[in-house]
Amino acid sequence: MATTSKGLFGSSLARKYWMAVSGLFLCTFLVGHLLGNLQLFVAGEEGKLAFNEYGHFMTTFPVVKILSYITYGAIFLHTVDGIMLALQNRAARPVGYVKEKQSANASWASRKMALLGTLTLFFIVVHMKSFWYEMHYGALGLDANGNKDLWTLTVTAFEQWWYAAFYVVAITGLAFHLSHGAQSAFQTLGINHPRYTPIIKNTMTAFAWLIPAGFVAVAVFLFVVQPGQNL
Amino acid sequence: MALDSKVPAGPLADKWTTHKGEIPLVSPANKRLLDIIVVGTGLAGSSAAASLAEMGYNVKAFCFQDSPRRAHSIAAQGGINAAKNYQNDGDSVHRLFYDTIKGGDYRSREGNVHRLAEVSRNIIDQCVAQGVPFARDYGGLLDNRSFGGVQVSRTFYAKGQTGQQLLLGAYSALNRQIAKGRVKMYARHEMQELVVVDGKARGIIAKNLVTGEFERHSAHAVLLCTGGYGNVFFLSTNAMGSNVTAAWKAHRKGAYMANPCFTQIHPTCIPVSGENQSKLTLMSESLRNDGRIWVPAKKEDAEAIRAGKLHPNDIAEEHRDYYLERRYPAFGNLVPRDVASRAAKERCDAGYGINKTGEAVYLDFAAAIMRYGAEEAHVKGLKNPTDAEVKALGEKVVEAKYGNLFQMYEKITASNPYKEPMMIYPAVHYTMGGLWVDYNLMTTVPGCFALGEANFSDHGANRLGASALMQGLADGYFVAPYTVGEFLSKDIRTGKISTDSPEFEAAEQAVRERTEKFINNNGTKSVDFFHKRLGKIMWNEVGMARNEKGLKQAIADIQALREEFYADVRVLGAANGMNPELDKAGRVADLIELGELMAKDALERNESCGGHFREEYQSPEGEALRDDENFAFVSAWEFTGVPSEAKLHKEELTFENVELKTRSYK
Amino acid sequence: MDLTLKIWRQNGPQEKGEMKTYPISGVEEDMSFLEMLDFLNDKLINEGIEPVVFDHDCREGICGMCSLFINGEAHGPGRKVTTCQLHMREFKSGDTIYIEPFRAKAFPIIKDLMVDRSAFDRIQRAGGYISVNTSGNTIDANAIPVPKENADKAFDAATCIGCGACVATCKNSSAMLFASAKISQFSLLPQGQPEAKERVLNMVHQMDLEGFGNCTNTGACEVECPKGISLENIARMNRDYLFASLSSNK
Repeated sequence: MATTSKGLFGSSLARKYWMAVSGLFLCTFLVGHLLGNLQLFVAGEEGKLAFNEYGHFMTTFPVVKILSYITYGAIFLHTVDGIMLALQNRAARPVGYVKEKQSANASWASRKMALLGTLTLFFIVVHMKSFWYEMHYGALGLDANGNKDLWTLTVTAFEQWWYAAFYVVAITGLAFHLSHGAQSAFQTLGINHPRYTPIIKNTMTAFAWLIPAGFVAVAVFLFVVQPGQNL
Repeated sequence: MALDSKVPAGPLADKWTTHKGEIPLVSPANKRLLDIIVVGTGLAGSSAAASLAEMGYNVKAFCFQDSPRRAHSIAAQGGINAAKNYQNDGDSVHRLFYDTIKGGDYRSREGNVHRLAEVSRNIIDQCVAQGVPFARDYGGLLDNRSFGGVQVSRTFYAKGQTGQQLLLGAYSALNRQIAKGRVKMYARHEMQELVVVDGKARGIIAKNLVTGEFERHSAHAVLLCTGGYGNVFFLSTNAMGSNVTAAWKAHRKGAYMANPCFTQIHPTCIPVSGENQSKLTLMSESLRNDGRIWVPAKKEDAEAIRAGKLHPNDIAEEHRDYYLERRYPAFGNLVPRDVASRAAKERCDAGYGINKTGEAVYLDFAAAIMRYGAEEAHVKGLKNPTDAEVKALGEKVVEAKYGNLFQMYEKITASNPYKEPMMIYPAVHYTMGGLWVDYNLMTTVPGCFALGEANFSDHGANRLGASALMQGLADGYFVAPYTVGEFLSKDIRTGKISTDSPEFEAAEQAVRERTEKFINNNGTKSVDFFHKRLGKIMWNEVGMARNEKGLKQAIADIQALREEFYADVRVLGAANGMNPELDKAGRVADLIELGELMAKDALERNESCGGHFREEYQSPEGEALRDDENFAFVSAWEFTGVPSEAKLHKEELTFENVELKTRSYK
Repeated sequence: MDLTLKIWRQNGPQEKGEMKTYPISGVEEDMSFLEMLDFLNDKLINEGIEPVVFDHDCREGICGMCSLFINGEAHGPGRKVTTCQLHMREFKSGDTIYIEPFRAKAFPIIKDLMVDRSAFDRIQRAGGYISVNTSGNTIDANAIPVPKENADKAFDAATCIGCGACVATCKNSSAMLFASAKISQFSLLPQGQPEAKERVLNMVHQMDLEGFGNCTNTGACEVECPKGISLENIARMNRDYLFASLSSNK
């Protein structure tokens, strides 16, 4: 499945641009998502009501709705484009090497982007089933302010060890995915400069580990503190 | 046949312009009816193919490598000369002409050399327009450096990869024509035979090296741009595939070989390390700009170094013999290549060599590192820097200038040239001799041209550094595209040349038989076995110093070797399909014949000139003794069946514009 | 040195190949890797076994003809060297050395370790030149000043020897390092500007047609490149292609 057209659709470079742009957009989504999650650190009834208020806002405010559709689009594009690239890359070497020492010249994460991406996609599906689906179509109770009680759904999920563990593993995979993808997107888009590239690389590497660290911190907090039991 | 060089009459400086103006033109419509074969895609071949195609001829280009970009021009390191006088050091076309004639020890043709000097300036303009990234100074203008045998800075360069950059430039011009369909490119094809029809070169038999098939290709003219034959010595700086086959086949079909014994032994190569070595690596002559060549002044020191008991850095300055600076104070380390090579051999033969085999001298950068370091320290405003600081700064400067060469040296020898002096020794590098050509670059077979190193025309008995690239591109871009017109203008009514003629049939048959013979030989020794033996004979008897007895012995030995080769060579595998051993066998067979002719030529030239040093003809100080009275001619050899029984034709060299002097670099 | 060589043998493009084992002794440290193979071939010939076919020519690291995937790495374990510059002192007696051809769909095997890299030529033909006639009647060379930094960068890009190690080593068989070096060489120079847009569009297009994979920025190519061609070139190509696509009239 050779790419044969020129320009911004179809060429190998174009596919990479779309990967980079969609990937970077999803990075900004992660920031937003994490900011929301951080509210879970606020314990007690007060935190619960604020979180549910936030959940209500996120599912109803028009601008957020538009952003969420763009996010779905970006995930779809990133996935489909990624699969096509991976298939093409596989086809580019029909017969492999008997002995190959890839570790000599490239980082593990950079070589396992498709695997890490698949893991992330699987996680997203599970994650959306657990929360997004329940929020939209599930039978959630209401809290004191009349908002759907997303908070209780969330904290009880993370009180189960296996869910928390799965979450941590998946987010760690995401971190590795980001550790290569976030900074390499800039290279793909042609942003490379002797002075600024080191800054970009350091910033994006920090991003790749700190953002997932934030997610994991919330999950660990919920598992350890078990706020649902204490309410 | 009398040799007519066809150098135009008139004043030297006007010859080329006048001649260009008088060459009959071929109209664009007629050019489309004319086919040209270009064999070889180095600087000469690529540039010629591109230029001829651009002019409108139908060009077929052939190379044995997998891509035209890999021809051995790519390995040229140091630079390309041009009389631009950008450095305002008194350079001019005439000075480049004079330096080249003198450097060639007055054995080249004035008219050709002057033309070369004239077009040298266009080459630089052309290459820059094509995007060749020459070295530049901080103002964005082109930089120059000095090379051996001259006192001006006229060498343009691209670090130590000038040949690569120039070839990629010519290759890009070639690609442009291939993309347009003007040149049909045949990579992994090797010319096996020249086809002569009615006395004119009308095509070639080429072998498709991948399939083993023989192909007939016809044309109205054939250009051989096939490089030199240094591989006759087995060990040389040539690429493994470089060979004489195309030129030799043309020679056997009537093209004279001129001055075949004129071989350039390059003074600065990495010494031979062992019996299994396959090739020698050059260290660019540009290193002699800054490196100082020496051996220990005391024999016992040399012996101690050889035994590994003494380190060169421990030998005090006063116990070192900077023999080039001592013998040739005016030029010092920048004497021409033949002089530098012989001087190294002289010291080593006298027992001062410094590696295990006693065949190496030092090329030392310590002084240059300290000199540059001091300059840098001054620029940086460092007051009273320590020696270590100066050295560190100097090493950086030297790295910027020669980094890739130093790295190459270290990879091969596992010794760090920043810390200890390089070891170098002369090695076969270039062949000034080649197919005899007239002013139009046409050989004695009408329609068969020879360009670049494959011909003999410009460098006499010794080539100056950075002049090979100049000649290759001059011939390809600026000379042949005009001069082939003279021959082709008579061919506009000829029509397409048929490949079904008896001549093509016979040529292909001959090639088939040769191939069959090798495949069915059932011998016991590999091709390399014979090639190595040929190399030893050539290096010992037809190398840096030659004498009558040795040369006669060489002829006898080579003849015996040839017999043995045909009787006992073993070529495995099949004739159809890729078979590098088979291809190598064909090449070595031709090199063996050539070696015999080289010995014969060296034997007949009873003088020492340039790279040809006959021990019988030297001054008491060991300098070459030229004999202008009896040997101011080009030896052009006609093939008669046995190489050493070739018939000698002489082209007398007349010098109207320079005075013949004993070359002195003292 | 005594070595065990495991070498890919394949008689022709369509034939089936396999790894064959050849024990060899008497290898010297000062031999280059290719001289070691010469040494092996000489032995094989004496034993009546067809010698191993591999590409090589200049043997000084500049022609780009030699290849080989040695012990899992293009041009072997050395850095900034081609196979011909790799010396046996990098190995020790008793080692087993795997020698395989460069693998990519775009580099079909011709025989044994020899592959067809003409795809690179076709990429270059698609625009790797400046359209100037070879008349020599151009302007004076010094009439085009080029900032030293750009000239040096163009040179660095132009030192690519087209060996294909980038493709061989890339897990995706991508030719981006090669193509970008060839494009950068011209895009960094004023002479290359008039055709810059078309050049990058056409050369990338040809690269795609040849069936190379895509760049995933692993950086393996840069590490294994014998000439140290920088990833900066790939970014430059990405940038040029993006701008060219956005501003092209077609």
